[in-house]
Amino acid sequence: MKILVTVKEVAEVEDEFEISGGDIAQQYLEYDLNEWDDYAVEEAVQISEDVDDVEVVTATIGPERAEETIRMALAKGADRAIRVWDDEIESAGKLDVDTKAELLAGVVEEEDPDLVLTGVQAGDESNGATGVTLAEKIGFEWAAVVNQLDLDVEGGVANVHRELEGGVEELTEVESPAVLTIQSGINEPRYASLRGIRQAQSKPLDVQTLADVGLDAGDLESPLNQTDMYEPESEGDATVWSGDAEETAGELADFLRDKGVVEG
Amino acid sequence: MSDVLAVTEHRRGELRDVSLEMITAGRDLADQTGGDLHLAVISGDVDDYASQVNREGVDAIHTVEYGEEFNHDVYTQAIEQLYAEVDPQYLLAPNSVNGMDYAPAVAEGLSLPLVTDAVDLEADGGLTVTREQYGGKVETTIDVEEDHAAVTIRPAEWPVAEGDGDADVSAFDADIDESEIKSTVTGFEEVAGGDVDISEAEFLVSIGRGIDEEENLPLIEALVEATDATLSSSRPIVDNGWLPANRQVGQSGKVVTPDVYIAIGISGAVQHVAGMKGSDTIVAINTDPNAPIWDIADYGIEDDLFEVVPALIEEFGGEAPDI
Repeated sequence: MKILVTVKEVAEVEDEFEISGGDIAQQYLEYDLNEWDDYAVEEAVQISEDVDDVEVVTATIGPERAEETIRMALAKGADRAIRVWDDEIESAGKLDVDTKAELLAGVVEEEDPDLVLTGVQAGDESNGATGVTLAEKIGFEWAAVVNQLDLDVEGGVANVHRELEGGVEELTEVESPAVLTIQSGINEPRYASLRGIRQAQSKPLDVQTLADVGLDAGDLESPLNQTDMYEPESEGDATVWSGDAEETAGELADFLRDKGVVEG
Repeated sequence: MSDVLAVTEHRRGELRDVSLEMITAGRDLADQTGGDLHLAVISGDVDDYASQVNREGVDAIHTVEYGEEFNHDVYTQAIEQLYAEVDPQYLLAPNSVNGMDYAPAVAEGLSLPLVTDAVDLEADGGLTVTREQYGGKVETTIDVEEDHAAVTIRPAEWPVAEGDGDADVSAFDADIDESEIKSTVTGFEEVAGGDVDISEAEFLVSIGRGIDEEENLPLIEALVEATDATLSSSRPIVDNGWLPANRQVGQSGKVVTPDVYIAIGISGAVQHVAGMKGSDTIVAINTDPNAPIWDIADYGIEDDLFEVVPALIEEFGGEAPDI
């Protein structure tokens, strides 16, 4: 059995930042493994530990810098990795959901996995749509926002809980092969051990080009064009207490007493 | 050609608010395109839902009677067929958990560009969608360079549509291919309730990522004890297993409406805000002046919680633990 996990390197923004050229200036960005993908990797690795003969392969769209993130997934137990990138993808700029799903579909076609796990969303762009788009492209069944997974390998069924709003979960049976988008909290992602980090250095990391996944530059053209980025105007008019911690805590304490929610 | 088709949402016999919010967004968009607003009502008691969404500004309601609850394989087929029939310019769906489960598949099936989680829409010539990135720290505008598009809209962003409507309600006979239904909803489960119901509390002390480590939890517990508050949290705290699920405030947790809500180290992501914005008074303790929590806070302290919380405990005669 083969599980493909899509792994994205996401940009995180410092508290203070500037926007330049339509995006947040590079010096204010730090890169890390997408939080939701971390849970997806963990879920795949746990399955590989419970079921015999499971190979966990990660797929990433990203520049060479993303290899640090990919090695992190390998250190946590993935067996090998694929990174899709070349000069044409680089020059295409921001990729929309459809293009990302198209690139990943090329990887799926080559790898022919039984199960694809993705994070529900990415912490930077938050489209929350690549997994289901991918499923539709490759003709797999799917389930979005999965926070519990019980895989019936023999029966070819994934029994999932989908986390709905308001503390309600939907119980669903999904035929495999399937794409499942994984919600945070489904498990407890492990830390990469020193041994895992060492081993990750020697695990295969295959770099594929646009042509390798069966596409050309025309496939990178997008009908979506990001025209502006700005800091939203604060709608807030909060009264901010100033002073040192003793002073501000005193103001808050007085407020809570006046409000009648705390005595004493 | 210039109409708008919006897909409504219901669960366990109840229409969800986002359906009425989407009417507001859809009507506004249809006014800009000069077209009609059509609604799709799929599965369950469609006649009942249709009468509930028959509000001012809705031109047509199409009901698809098939099954009781949401099933994405049914929704995908029904919407694609209805889209072909109505031939709208724009397709709207909620950016809810279920919307995320069918809208990308429908957009792919219909070869429509998809923009998710819209907070504003403008159709002056082409379609421009406003959305957030980087956890709400920035907004971006996306121009759609095609005539047609699918957009999912953020719940609670538009007001609910009011006023009785006189829409043309008709049954749409979707041809659902049962061999293409490969997922089956078998039931629902409530998240464990536990012994504390945070939705009943009048004073909540709520914590988020800012507390950094589980080892810092006793500091907050000391504050809760000193003030006789109820402890709640944002999602990451529950995901980390530091507090049980019944303490979670937000879209996927509980909706709370206390007299006072103190958000400690909570940035104020939209999913969290959805659960606590109905609080009478919101107090933020946060070092980041750009955190979205400041947009809804009434009072605040822009300082390190590890400085402020011990001082606050002392104010009420408690003792802060060494952490």
